[in-house]
Amino acid sequence: MTVTADAANAEVGAARRRKEDARLVTGRTRWTDNIVLPGMLHMAILRSPHAHARIVSVDTQPALSRPNVIAAFSGADVAATQGSLPCAWPVTEDIVHPDRPPLAVDTVRHHGEAVAVVVARDRASAVDALEAIEVNYEPLTPVLDLEAAVAEGAHLVHADKGTNKSYTWIFDSAEAGSGGAVADADAEVVIERRYIQQRLIPAFMEPRSVIVDPGAGDYTIWSATQIPHILRVFYALLTGTPEHKIRVIAPDVGGGFGGKLQVTPEEMITFFAAQRVGRPVKYTETRSDTMLSAHHGRDMIQDLRLTARRDGTVTGLSVKLLANMGAYLGLVGPGVPILGAFMYNAIYKFPAYRFECSGVFTNTTITDAYRGAGRPEATYAIERLMDELAVELNLDPIEVRRRNWIKAEEFPFTTVCGLVYDSGDYDKATDKALGLIGYDELRAEQQRRRTSEDPVQLGIGVSTYTEMCGLAPSRILGALRYAAGGWETAAVRVLPTGKVEVVTGTSPHGQGHETAWSQIVADELGVGFDDVEVLHGDTRSSHKGLDTYGSRSLAVGGIALVEACRKVRDKARTIAAHMLECSPDDLEFTGGAFRVKGTPEAAKTVADAAFAVFAAHDLPDGVEASLDADATFDPQTFSFPHGSHLCAVEVDTQTGKVNIRKYIAVDDVGKVINPMIVEGQVHGGVAQGIAQALYEEAIFDEGGTLLTGSLVEYTVPSSADLPEIISDRTETPATSNPLGVKGVGEAGAIAATPAVINAIVDALRPYGVDDVQMPATSERVWRAIRSAGGNA
Amino acid sequence: MSPNTPTPNARVSVNVDGTTYVDTVEARTLLVHYLRDNVGKTGTVVGCDTSNCGACTVLMGTTDEIGHSVKSCSVLAVQADGQSVTTVEGLAGPDGSLHAVQRAFHEMHGLQCGFCTPGMIMATVDLLQDNPDPTDEEIRDGLSGNLCRCTGYQNIVRAVHVAADYMRTGAPAEHEEVTTA
Repeated sequence: MTVTADAANAEVGAARRRKEDARLVTGRTRWTDNIVLPGMLHMAILRSPHAHARIVSVDTQPALSRPNVIAAFSGADVAATQGSLPCAWPVTEDIVHPDRPPLAVDTVRHHGEAVAVVVARDRASAVDALEAIEVNYEPLTPVLDLEAAVAEGAHLVHADKGTNKSYTWIFDSAEAGSGGAVADADAEVVIERRYIQQRLIPAFMEPRSVIVDPGAGDYTIWSATQIPHILRVFYALLTGTPEHKIRVIAPDVGGGFGGKLQVTPEEMITFFAAQRVGRPVKYTETRSDTMLSAHHGRDMIQDLRLTARRDGTVTGLSVKLLANMGAYLGLVGPGVPILGAFMYNAIYKFPAYRFECSGVFTNTTITDAYRGAGRPEATYAIERLMDELAVELNLDPIEVRRRNWIKAEEFPFTTVCGLVYDSGDYDKATDKALGLIGYDELRAEQQRRRTSEDPVQLGIGVSTYTEMCGLAPSRILGALRYAAGGWETAAVRVLPTGKVEVVTGTSPHGQGHETAWSQIVADELGVGFDDVEVLHGDTRSSHKGLDTYGSRSLAVGGIALVEACRKVRDKARTIAAHMLECSPDDLEFTGGAFRVKGTPEAAKTVADAAFAVFAAHDLPDGVEASLDADATFDPQTFSFPHGSHLCAVEVDTQTGKVNIRKYIAVDDVGKVINPMIVEGQVHGGVAQGIAQALYEEAIFDEGGTLLTGSLVEYTVPSSADLPEIISDRTETPATSNPLGVKGVGEAGAIAATPAVINAIVDALRPYGVDDVQMPATSERVWRAIRSAGGNA
Repeated sequence: MSPNTPTPNARVSVNVDGTTYVDTVEARTLLVHYLRDNVGKTGTVVGCDTSNCGACTVLMGTTDEIGHSVKSCSVLAVQADGQSVTTVEGLAGPDGSLHAVQRAFHEMHGLQCGFCTPGMIMATVDLLQDNPDPTDEEIRDGLSGNLCRCTGYQNIVRAVHVAADYMRTGAPAEHEEVTTA
């Protein structure tokens, strides 16, 4: 067998085009809604028009006489067996955790909550028959305002709980022993601000869809989910079906951004429907359903107090949060602000820190993870505050950051939260970004425009961020009361002809794992990129895994893959040595093959070993006839990508219109497997960060009706609304894993929002503006200028 | 009309990706549902219910032309009667070779999850019919009826430029893979 002369690591680091694309650009896709099973029925859901109401009665009987209708039922019909949807992150011991029935039984608590269903031969018949269902509601007063919800005498979302407060979670560096007390901090300068993180909707492009085939008690479930493995566990726990009788498949999944990190009412209701009718049932939501029912993100009030000395050194930070949980607790919803808790100190050496968060119920759609999950909110707060401090001290915003951030030579650095940052170089990334944007020239232009009172003002926004990725060390998750671990698993199977099947516990939905994982395996085993097939998202092929979220797939799952490959290589080495009649110690693995040291032409590949194993005629004694291996990796610590994003905006002070003139993203995500994919992740993340800054907000009216219930009102930006992004990287490898990787999925969404708002506020400083509420629409910017008394 | 009265049916004959299909459909059937449920063209997808996302974009015209882009959620199947419809599944050559636009999206990483991609590709085909050499701004305006949540559009814009090049000057037969950063 020929041995290629490729240098080691030929694949890792290459901008390989994606394997996934072949089916995606030709339409040969397997979205859940594309799947049709013999005898399959369709389900439609009747949703509450009220934000808060008692259900007096539901009559599904009239729907049954409609054509093609097989079944119709309401929450009352399944009340005894439907159980409660899970919250896997009860962040405190005394958390108030109300039941969340998949189908509402006696009370609806948000607009769009599922009330009853129809199962019919076709989708149109099911939808048509919904109108025959009669529901009598007795409207109750909705609780909508976060602060009012926790005020004395507030109406209650859950009357039996006696409070709208779910939990209060506190971190204090003095108590933790990781820092001082904020009360004792030097306070020559005090910056106090309130920022509002508006509610967002993840708005993945593929609406969620689920099919449950009840088989003969052995269930096969297709779902447009990020978490097939976790979903399977909860199906078993919630329905009492033995876990080994449940197979969950996440086929092609059209985006998630955290929005498909959920065990949904729809998944459970479809299960009950299929169980009742004994036939496969499909539910595919409309976009309007998605907007109402799929979880939302953000929605927090942040009260912040930063203290500093006049030389710009920050001495302490206090954060008080109200976090809107919505009507119930989502799968990881309570933990989202807690993920942010460790990031308010960001890249800085703050000596004292206190964080207090209360999770609050309101009569709104639940909130949960959305790209960045807690970390964008934290980064926004601190990066806005650092700009305010700079203004207070008349320092350049870069300079005030430099005076506080951790220097490259200070890593590993233990933060005021007790996290150990393993590596980073904030000067390097920032200097690169400053060069790319032409910082000094822009500042000069800004000065000219200010002097000439140009109606179009220029602002430059800075965002120097870090994030914690690679969720997560299981022990830390346990200490934070998260129900699951944070390990990931991979299996590598070498087939007789030397082709390789990889089974991963990650569950990609746009991230390109099939491509990146193939690159890793190609280098580790000396096989071709095209000789690797990556299997994922099916619990029958990958029996365990913790799926894809929190920028964890490469930083955790990738390491499991490397470890599995190295086990395979060790096995192959023994066999190659036997074939070459030498000791395994005499072999080196180079150029894709095991070579006898000093005699490189004597070589055997992994493929050679695979065929020898297949035949098994002449294996060394005690060696099993297998080149397969698996590995499970549990990280010891998080990874900490960082970067410096700079944004230049022009603000028309007469109209409030904001135009992003230049956007620079310099990210340090450690070692890169595929720079093309990394760049794509940065682009998409930045787009979502800009969207929070300028365009998107989920709005409920005073009755609790979602006003932004479609893509007409909820303004996901189009190509015409977004700028070109200039992205670059520095590369400071993580020292906490053998690949040196850190994660990139959320970086852009974390960094971009404060960069944009800082730029807008920077442009408007001469007008007395020190904040603009997000999304900074033209109207809001125009009003901010006027209410600041500016002369625009 | 009483609730139990079926909606009126209509007979349609539609050429989809080169094959003529004859069906009886409910008059209210949307073209996108006809394509997916009757013809089995599941490459064309539904992303919204307000004609905002463009994921369902196909080309529709008379039988002797490739047609212009329509959002197939905003067209009734009966309106496509006698028309020719091209979906993303009908773009590749008979030998399976990718259309220049498909190839450019792949080469420039103009897709991630790929759900918007069929509509984005079809809208691009139409854009380049009208304007074979668009500027960045013309591309961004031309595709503003198609939403993508993954890419930030930047690589889509790059892909459209590359596709335009291929369509004007002919695509290189064996395009070299980029293998180093």
